[in-house]
Amino acid sequence: MGPRLGFGVFDYDLAHMLGGAVLVLSFGLLYQRRVSAVITLYAMQAVVLAAAAAWQGWVQGAVELYLTAAITLAAKGLAIPFGLRAIVRRLDIHRTIETALGIFATMAFGVGLVALSILVVLPVTLHAYALTREDLATALSVVLLGMLMMITRRNALTQVIGFLSLENGLILAAVGVAGMPLVVELAVAVLVMLVFIVFGVFFFRIRERFDSLEAHHLDRVGRAQR
Amino acid sequence: MSMVGEVLSLPGLVALVPLAGGLLVGLVRRHDIAGWINIAVAAAAFALACLLPWEAGAGLLLLVDPLAAHMAILTSFVGLTTAWFSRFYIATEAAAGRLDAPRLRQYHALFLFFLGFMLLALLSNNLGVTWVAMESATIAAVLVVGLPRTDAAIEASWKYFILCGVGIALALFGTIVLYLAAGPALSAGLAAMSWSTLVPAAALSHGPLLNLAFVFLLIGYGTKAGLAPLHAWMPDAHAEGPTPVSAVLSGSILNVALTMLLRLRGLMAGNAAAIAPGPPLMVLGLLSLLLAAFSLWRRRDAKRFFAFSTIEQSGVAAFAFGLGGPAAVFAGLLHLTLHTLAKAAVFQCIGRASQLKGGQRFRDIGGLLAGHRALALTLAAGIVAVAGLPPFGLFTSEFLIVMQTVARQPFLAVPLGIGLVVGGWALSWRLITLCLGEPTPDRGPDAGWAMLAPAWLHLAIVLVLGLAMPAALTAWFTTIAGSVR
Repeated sequence: MGPRLGFGVFDYDLAHMLGGAVLVLSFGLLYQRRVSAVITLYAMQAVVLAAAAAWQGWVQGAVELYLTAAITLAAKGLAIPFGLRAIVRRLDIHRTIETALGIFATMAFGVGLVALSILVVLPVTLHAYALTREDLATALSVVLLGMLMMITRRNALTQVIGFLSLENGLILAAVGVAGMPLVVELAVAVLVMLVFIVFGVFFFRIRERFDSLEAHHLDRVGRAQR
Repeated sequence: MSMVGEVLSLPGLVALVPLAGGLLVGLVRRHDIAGWINIAVAAAAFALACLLPWEAGAGLLLLVDPLAAHMAILTSFVGLTTAWFSRFYIATEAAAGRLDAPRLRQYHALFLFFLGFMLLALLSNNLGVTWVAMESATIAAVLVVGLPRTDAAIEASWKYFILCGVGIALALFGTIVLYLAAGPALSAGLAAMSWSTLVPAAALSHGPLLNLAFVFLLIGYGTKAGLAPLHAWMPDAHAEGPTPVSAVLSGSILNVALTMLLRLRGLMAGNAAAIAPGPPLMVLGLLSLLLAAFSLWRRRDAKRFFAFSTIEQSGVAAFAFGLGGPAAVFAGLLHLTLHTLAKAAVFQCIGRASQLKGGQRFRDIGGLLAGHRALALTLAAGIVAVAGLPPFGLFTSEFLIVMQTVARQPFLAVPLGIGLVVGGWALSWRLITLCLGEPTPDRGPDAGWAMLAPAWLHLAIVLVLGLAMPAALTAWFTTIAGSVR
């Protein structure tokens, strides 16, 4: 077990703040309606996540976490948002996106999910030290908010961004657990999947086929086949 | 043993051979020999997997215990017979203009990648490696499902991607929490991520964290096992992907996921402070069984119909694993094994029938017995086997599961029985419409015996195990059931 950490210790406070910032950006993603703004928010979240990973590397003295941070920054902070913007330009989807729920309802659900993850994680991690506990609770919140975003958005591209943000939560969880092996390898594997998903949109040319990137058009095709 | 040495050991090679073969097929320009390379590589993987029971042991990355060895042999066997079937099926598809030459090669390469990553997931000792292998197998399967490039195939692979992507993401969260849970028992490092050390150390692990990990892993791997309510990807992926892939999807990816759940069950059962893993598994199993059994009646697409039947059987196996105890786990493993063989045979027959009749809706396929006796009889035998009717082996396994339920949870025997009867009834009804009645016109080429041979082999095994199970096999299954607590 590492040293006891708590409020007022700089190591802890900064890690806490970075984790919190990732979570706040998740909320930003939830209410943002414009596609380009959603992509910008996602890139910001990835940059903050990279900072969080690097800080965890410093606090834990784990050199390999710097690598995770570098991968996160390069791929999720720069390359993926760049690819997403290219898709938006190519497929010409500069409009606002329909959501299944209103802003207030979505935010209320989001707050509920954060409360849920705190209630779930904090009581069961009493033996772990504070940094890991808080980090895990924040990470679970980010994962759940990502899922909420996937559920409330009807547009395939924003569903993908919801998924990407969910994966940010997973990396946040992995870097917060001290001494976990294979974090870099797992981060790379996650990244491969993300790249596949992002280019899945492009590759399948959903827009060209259905004249819109809305997932319920796809459902209609499915129903006709049944 | 070093990690590199381990990768080049026998269990490592079982997974490495198909992966290398996939690369080779991807690089070979001549698509006509790709099918034969596929068969040769799958045969090599099967031959290597057959040696696994003598190589038992746990390394840093790989684990060969009776359960892993059995599942690897089964998966590579189905991989081999399906590779054989694919060679002829895909050639017919290409002749009909539904797949062009580059896609033909992509198909064979992706098939081998899919097989290799499934074998890696089964044989891996490290939870992280298992996760990466499952994810990679998912990506390979998604790409192969989308290969026909029809609107419906793209929708199916998109749905598969998103649902299984979320499932697999939750499984990663579960893996991280599991590592944290093992902290008090095992010092940090690879040991706290290895099945071979996690299970014996379960008693000392942190109970409440194990619960949290269990929930996420159950949802994550349960999605891949097609357990309700996360089964929605399965019918689409089965119906729209190339049929040989449906045959492998149906049996193998589900087996991999259920193997993980079975190991997880052993882990949870070893800790007194953790929740009992049985009831959640039983609930999900029963839910899948009932939902699928009633859905069967409303299906109009043959491949979709059999995909629902797969969800049903996956539910039965999960229920048996949830019930626990050597006898129920024995029955569940037997059920899973026989179902894999029988369902692969059924999908191979349906694939051939839909090529013959030019469609996979029930209204396109009818009266097979009139013109295509061999195909109709094989299909009929396959459906009888899947429906759990004697003399096939699935009758034995379902009977064992029902008997165990009656003895230990009598009230649960009622929904279990209802599900099995309703499902079996729907299958028998469809058997009649497919094989008997007015023949529908043929719109495709007639294929030779070569495409039916794998189905005969599978059904012969299922039949022999139903009539008289050899003592050696009974002992083998008992060993596996005993080894997983």
